[in-house]
Amino acid sequence: MSDRSKIFAGIAVFLVLVLFPVWYNLANGKAGYRPEVVKPKTGKCVMDTEYMLTRHMELLNQWRDEYVRQSDVMHKSPDGKQYVKSLSNTCLDCHDNKAEFCDRCHNYAGVNPYCWDCHVIRKGR
Amino acid sequence: MIEKALSGSKRYWGWIFFLLAVMGGAFLAYLYQYTTGLGVTGLSRDVPWGFYIAQFTFLVGVAASAVMVVIPYYLHDFKVFGKLAVLGEFVAVAAVTMCITFIFVDLGQPFRLMNVFLHPSPTSLMFWDTLVCAGYLVLNVIITFVTFGAERKGIKPPAWIKPIIYLSIPWAISIHTVTAFLYAGLSARPFWLTAILAPRFLASAFSAGPSLLILLCLILRRFAKYDVGEVPIRKLAVIVTYAMAANVFFVALEIFTAVYSNIPAHMEHFTYMYFGLTLPDGTRAAALAPWMWTSTVLSLVSLLMLLTPSIRNNLKWLGVACVMVFFGLWIEKGLGLVITGFVPNPMEGVTEYMPSGIEVMIALGIWSMGFLIITVLYKVAITVRKADPQAEIVH
Amino acid sequence: MADTRDDRRTFLKVAGASVLGAAAVPAVIAGASSDADKPAGKQWAMVIDVQRCLRDQGCTKCFDACHQTHNVPDISKRVPPQMLAKRIIKWIWKEHYEGAFPEQQHEYMRQSLHGAQVPVLCNHCANPPCVRVCPTQATWKRESDGIVMMDMHRCIGCRYCVVACPYGSRSFNWITPWPRPFEEHGTPPNMKYPTRTKGVVEKCNFCAERLAESLRTGGPYVPACVEACPTRAMTFGDVSDPGSDVRRLLEARYTIRRKPGLGTRPQIYYIV
Repeated sequence: MSDRSKIFAGIAVFLVLVLFPVWYNLANGKAGYRPEVVKPKTGKCVMDTEYMLTRHMELLNQWRDEYVRQSDVMHKSPDGKQYVKSLSNTCLDCHDNKAEFCDRCHNYAGVNPYCWDCHVIRKGR
Repeated sequence: MIEKALSGSKRYWGWIFFLLAVMGGAFLAYLYQYTTGLGVTGLSRDVPWGFYIAQFTFLVGVAASAVMVVIPYYLHDFKVFGKLAVLGEFVAVAAVTMCITFIFVDLGQPFRLMNVFLHPSPTSLMFWDTLVCAGYLVLNVIITFVTFGAERKGIKPPAWIKPIIYLSIPWAISIHTVTAFLYAGLSARPFWLTAILAPRFLASAFSAGPSLLILLCLILRRFAKYDVGEVPIRKLAVIVTYAMAANVFFVALEIFTAVYSNIPAHMEHFTYMYFGLTLPDGTRAAALAPWMWTSTVLSLVSLLMLLTPSIRNNLKWLGVACVMVFFGLWIEKGLGLVITGFVPNPMEGVTEYMPSGIEVMIALGIWSMGFLIITVLYKVAITVRKADPQAEIVH
Repeated sequence: MADTRDDRRTFLKVAGASVLGAAAVPAVIAGASSDADKPAGKQWAMVIDVQRCLRDQGCTKCFDACHQTHNVPDISKRVPPQMLAKRIIKWIWKEHYEGAFPEQQHEYMRQSLHGAQVPVLCNHCANPPCVRVCPTQATWKRESDGIVMMDMHRCIGCRYCVVACPYGSRSFNWITPWPRPFEEHGTPPNMKYPTRTKGVVEKCNFCAERLAESLRTGGPYVPACVEACPTRAMTFGDVSDPGSDVRRLLEARYTIRRKPGLGTRPQIYYIV
């Protein structure tokens, strides 16, 4: 098949083009970029930052099922403190500005969670 | 094989594009409904189910009716229905697809539909209805794929398809029985709380479905120059006659129990349907009455026509009777049954219902989708069959 | 060259089967698990003294308190008047006696009951038909305390529960109840409680969030409506506890329930 080299060359060009965002960021040292968020002035979060960055949605889903369906109200964080499992009253009590906190990463990542359809935010809608 | 649906006359393509245009309009209407909410329909706190669910109920019946061809042909070796079997099953495929789509557009949160499978609820008839309808679609797709594929190659289908075809017979009965159970087990709605609801559903399904099949065969004779034969059509007409007689009888039975017992909870729904109710402020609520009387006349006249052999065997008059059967039953099941269950409401209040323009538009789009599926599948089948008209159909 | 038509069809068959197989996996996994089992516990119930309630005929305090606490929207501001009854969302409201008790009325009953406005709400039945019909268990009866709960996250908006409720206690969100931004369309009265979104069903939950709070802090558990009633017509308590207020009231007075013949065993008792 004399076309083989042309096909492989074409695939290679395609891969380079389609993976452009990946290798360009890696080359520029921006691979680990995270948008700046405005953290609340005081207080500790229910879990540590690394956990929350990657797994906050998992935690919220767990809380949702445990609080709503099993009346399992309290969450024990790794440092022993107890919190009520509530997006509206625990999380949003400290993180009360959606535009400066939640939206920063969500907009960058292009995700649109529907939590806000129901869970009200105090300010910064 | 599907590519055979891509070549056709101007009239064929005109019909296809008409259907696609209606579907396009309906899609836009649905986008409006999805973004604004189901408040764009005529539904209400008192009448939470209406046109969409009624269409679903009617079409589950039409889908189940394929069994009226499958039983004689496969179970009793009634070779007369040879050409009809696949055509009936294609109608089932289109009808079940329409059913699933009607449920989708009726949901408040349609994209959470997978919750029904992620959190199975065996006490809920809606859970079972979703399962059996999806299963019936899969069954019929497999059956038609295999049997028609074999027919096209001019060979017998593989032996393993036979048990699957036999399975589709009780499955067809079950989809409509389960749908009837959706209604018939609710203590809140005395109008539906009757054991005869499932037999009524089956009787009306086995009248409306084969009527549609007869009409489609007549259309194929006229427009596609494909004739399944007069004998199968006449035999189908006999099936419609018996089923329609049973259906009319069952309706009469229901009316007797409600009226003779004089129990208000049962009677007031029938009164609303046929005569309307007078509200405390003196106004009348009778939106359904003209529809129901039309349905009654259509059903009775068509039954009389079908009972008369000289009319039933005349294909032109048979077509007229089948149109009357179909529309009469569509009104009875597609409007009368569902809406009347909610009027009056559990607190003896009356809120009437008529579908809104958006609802009708979306429904028309889904019906068009169903007719598109039938058109494409029939085009494939007929093109294949016309290519070798002498081929014997051995299923 | 091989018959490409058959290869294509083989591919379609395999692809179709794979999709079916993949779709079946979650159902099988989910079917194998279940919500945690709770030991048999209380059954919260309410006794409503209709004659006491009638002392203040135009009173709306119970539904104002409830609807404020739970951000139930005022639909009259969002739809034309003729659509209000169709789109209204109400967790507790007053129904005329003949509508609330259609089989327990007659033309010669005591005058005060003719057309009397009686508070009605979800009965939190011991044998709830709405729970039986929900295809996703978005509504279920909590075994620990008998409250028939709503999980608005799971509700698919099929409205089967609305159809199945013999008392008309449930409301569906036909439109977005609290559109954004709040400044333009109205702010929910209770920022500590979520609102709902369009397309889900809602109903009285016996103030389950207050129950959770009282379990946490050890304080009293009183639903908003009971607290707000100016004539103290509503008594709330655990009907399975022989020493509770509701049980003592049920022993002392004759009570009726709505549509008792249906076997739902409603837990709202009415002294008429």
